[in-house]
Amino acid sequence: MSKQGHNFYWQGAKAGFPFILVVGPFGLLFGVVATETGLDTIQTMAMTILVIAGASQFAAVQLLAENAPVLVVILTGLAVNMRMAMYSASIAPHIGKADTWQRILTAYFLVDQSYAVSILKYENSPELSVSEKLRYFFGTMIPIAPIWYISTYIGIVAGAEIPQKFALDFAIPITFLALVGPSLRSFPHLSAAIVSVVASLLLIWMPFNLWLIVAAFLAMMTGAYVEKQLETNYD
Amino acid sequence: MTDQTVWIVIIGLGIGTFIIRYSFIGIIGDKELPEWLVRHLRYVPVAVLPGLVAPLVVWPAATNGDADPARLTAATVALFIGAVFKSTLGAVFGGMSALYLVQNIFY
Repeated sequence: MSKQGHNFYWQGAKAGFPFILVVGPFGLLFGVVATETGLDTIQTMAMTILVIAGASQFAAVQLLAENAPVLVVILTGLAVNMRMAMYSASIAPHIGKADTWQRILTAYFLVDQSYAVSILKYENSPELSVSEKLRYFFGTMIPIAPIWYISTYIGIVAGAEIPQKFALDFAIPITFLALVGPSLRSFPHLSAAIVSVVASLLLIWMPFNLWLIVAAFLAMMTGAYVEKQLETNYD
Repeated sequence: MTDQTVWIVIIGLGIGTFIIRYSFIGIIGDKELPEWLVRHLRYVPVAVLPGLVAPLVVWPAATNGDADPARLTAATVALFIGAVFKSTLGAVFGGMSALYLVQNIFY
């Protein structure tokens, strides 16, 4: 461990650092919206800490405000988070050998940012050991998780005084785009991304966030297919 | 909306989300996955994130679903910087700056 070990935490933290710029505003906005909906401070913080998945939290709070049935609220939130099952499958081969408690912690911290940043690192540096990969992963969350909790709290306290002009709603699309850009590194990746965009826009009418799951499957199949074709042609 | 409802949602969503995240990490463990599956999983990030973001860019909720020049510009800048310079920091900065800049020009 020692020096080398800290190095991987630090590398991960550096890679995660830019996202405080967007996770902060997103947390802020969640604090504001949840409070306006009528959740008290403890409830808002409990949700932000236990769920730690912004998009689903917004969906849940919005449905609570509309007095939707509890089961509908929970299932909608879970549908928004189904993409994380794909993250889980994708990261499992890299950290599957870790101890149970480490895998539990990884699962808790498996958010869009930690996943996308880490998987890029793992693919560029396949020689890393499981423990190095874990340290890098947890490192990415060192800046992100505290900012998420704290900014939610500031949102609760500062409340509606944040002007709409700041366009905080757009922090999350910017985050995802910033995560996508560096991953577009081969023709199969690009093909998958294009299919993902087109399919999601065409399928948006589907209920329960199914459009996203279907679009993602089509895009994965496209990426794998194009990769296979290129390989076959070069062989 | 009662206190009880809110707590049921918080706990249900919390536990359910954890189970989703733990699913494959917990089950697969250190078992080898078949080659075809690994080939598909390689494309998870580029399969999920662009689809997630596309409707938010084209039909932003903040403008009641109307396409918005500031948000379209910001999205293009963020994607471009990320793709060309492989810099997430640059993409985040560039995107948000473009958003505020165009907003201040148009409104």
